[in-house]
Amino acid sequence: MAVVATTVPATRAAPRNFGDRALRVVLTATASAIVVLVVALAAEMIRASLPAVRAFGWRFLFTSTWDPVAEHFGAVPFLYGTLVSSFLALLIAVPLGLGAAIYLAELAPVWVRAPIAFLVELVAAVPSVIYGLWGIFVLAPLLRTWVQPALGATLGFLPLFQGPPYGIGMLAAGIILAIMVVPYITAVSREVLLAVPNSQREAALALGATRWETTRIAVLRYGRSGLLGAILLGLGRALGETMAVTMVIGNRPEVALSLFAPGYTMASVIANEFTEATSDLYLSALIEIGLLLLAVTVIVNGLARLLVWSVGGPVRRPRE
Amino acid sequence: MKTVIAGLLALMVGSFAQPAQAQTLINGAGATFPYPIYSKWFDEYTKIDPEVRFNYQSIGSGGGIKQVSARTVDFGASDGPMTDEQLKHAPSELLHIPTVLGAVVATYNLPGAPKLKFSGDVLADIFLGKITKWDDRRITALNAGVSLPDQPIVVVHRSDGSGTTYIWVDYLSKISPEWQQKVGKGTSVNWPVGLGGKGNEGVSGQVKNQPGALGYVELAYAVKNKLPVASIKNAAGKFVEPTIATTTAAAAGAARSMPEDFRVSLTNPPGEEAYPIASFTWLLVYRDQPNEVKGRALVKFLWWMSHEGQKYADDLLYAPLPTQVVKQIEAKIKQITYQGKPLVAAR
Repeated sequence: MAVVATTVPATRAAPRNFGDRALRVVLTATASAIVVLVVALAAEMIRASLPAVRAFGWRFLFTSTWDPVAEHFGAVPFLYGTLVSSFLALLIAVPLGLGAAIYLAELAPVWVRAPIAFLVELVAAVPSVIYGLWGIFVLAPLLRTWVQPALGATLGFLPLFQGPPYGIGMLAAGIILAIMVVPYITAVSREVLLAVPNSQREAALALGATRWETTRIAVLRYGRSGLLGAILLGLGRALGETMAVTMVIGNRPEVALSLFAPGYTMASVIANEFTEATSDLYLSALIEIGLLLLAVTVIVNGLARLLVWSVGGPVRRPRE
Repeated sequence: MKTVIAGLLALMVGSFAQPAQAQTLINGAGATFPYPIYSKWFDEYTKIDPEVRFNYQSIGSGGGIKQVSARTVDFGASDGPMTDEQLKHAPSELLHIPTVLGAVVATYNLPGAPKLKFSGDVLADIFLGKITKWDDRRITALNAGVSLPDQPIVVVHRSDGSGTTYIWVDYLSKISPEWQQKVGKGTSVNWPVGLGGKGNEGVSGQVKNQPGALGYVELAYAVKNKLPVASIKNAAGKFVEPTIATTTAAAAGAARSMPEDFRVSLTNPPGEEAYPIASFTWLLVYRDQPNEVKGRALVKFLWWMSHEGQKYADDLLYAPLPTQVVKQIEAKIKQITYQGKPLVAAR
């Protein structure tokens, strides 16, 4: 607090009237509430997962059996499934989302921009169970009858595209997640690009740059930290998404290299098994999965932030 | 202004407090499978006895057992009986009161939706991954006259922990020693093969969309959605179609050997007409009620539920209790006490 007082104007450090003081107290309380909440969450999860930690130790992170009857629990298939499905989603969603954002911010005729931007926000608001149902009834049959046989015939020499085409599986989960994440990436990236000052573009154009060069050098470079922030937001959603993924991933706790094979994610197994988990150790193992998910989210976010810093400047996340 | 507000407040408090004093609120929590009929019963019962109101949270059997053991609710509900260990951990003796029956059926996706017959050992070997093709000789032997394709069987099971899964694997465990040893029974198990679907709708959705799929769902769900269902060979050697009548017959078959505490598995019961994959769902109540008013109301409700209440089961596609079992429940309800005194007079 003392450090802050020396660097900010006196009016902020010592509010003069009651209203200012009250506001300060209230806002400080709301800000600390977030910290308290996170700490309380982590503490409670650590406490509740202690029985599983004691029973399995580090083995929990390195074994892949999930047998609620015999009470052998290992988290590997869930870790693997969460990471693979999320990165598969980003692989599809980032080019799509950024492309759409660049089009909307830089190229689209003015009368097109508003309706498309509105549609993007509409898509972002669709509940995930709707995506899940659509995944079961539309996407999975489509994948099974057309996409997977075609991929198997052309790229079948890769272990990624082998095995029977169920429709349901890791590929379906990745695609569903990509569809859910695209609107987030598009909406935030578009805001970032719109916030790039016009003087940037004018300067590039004045130097004789083409349209693409202007976009690449003057706009994208300028907004790169914000764009990474947009992708991070998308990744965050993909890591934690539960319902839609559960409905299409096949829910099989197994590490399979093929994208056609069913998988499982951390969020899904918690949602699936928590309500009927009757034994204490079982429940505790599920909570430890939750703790692991929290840790993965923190680590992935931390790594991404390092990446952002290394390309210059802290992340600027525009308001949604 | 202040007096007006105070007056309004007094009015509101008065109007809310009046019925709250007269009414007894009984809280319960537990299984989701019987939730539709429980809410129907609570609704109908309040019409008969306006003094009592029920609040039931369908949070899952595991939650129901936990909450009733912690005494945060007045009664629990579960699709699977409590284990001896769980009963030991409860603060005082808990009774299992059967309410209705549910059945689990095998549904499949084959061209022309033929009527299929299965025996328990064939089902177990399919779910163990030992029978992988529809035209396997063991399946065709049971289904003379049906042409089965040379197609892989895609097994679909529930991915969420559920009473439906418990009944299904309980049956497989009884039939197949190999299943019992490798997989066992529980609300979730380590499936040897197959895809997982969330809820009845997830399983039936995958079965509908996947040619060659074989899965299991609740009887009520299969009937409502007109899914193809298989007849299963029962302990008497007959192939029985899953219906409400054959489900009730399963409990009737087991009535003679009913254990005193009703913690019984009804799968593969004796009886010519019995459908072999069926189960009770239970309410969990304390034998010695901690509160006289609530206890008396609860006991009255249990009596009504096991008699008049059973007529609502059919409409909601639950199988009603057979009369032999209702007699046994009557005796059990009479054992419920408050401070050692029985709460229901011997009729």
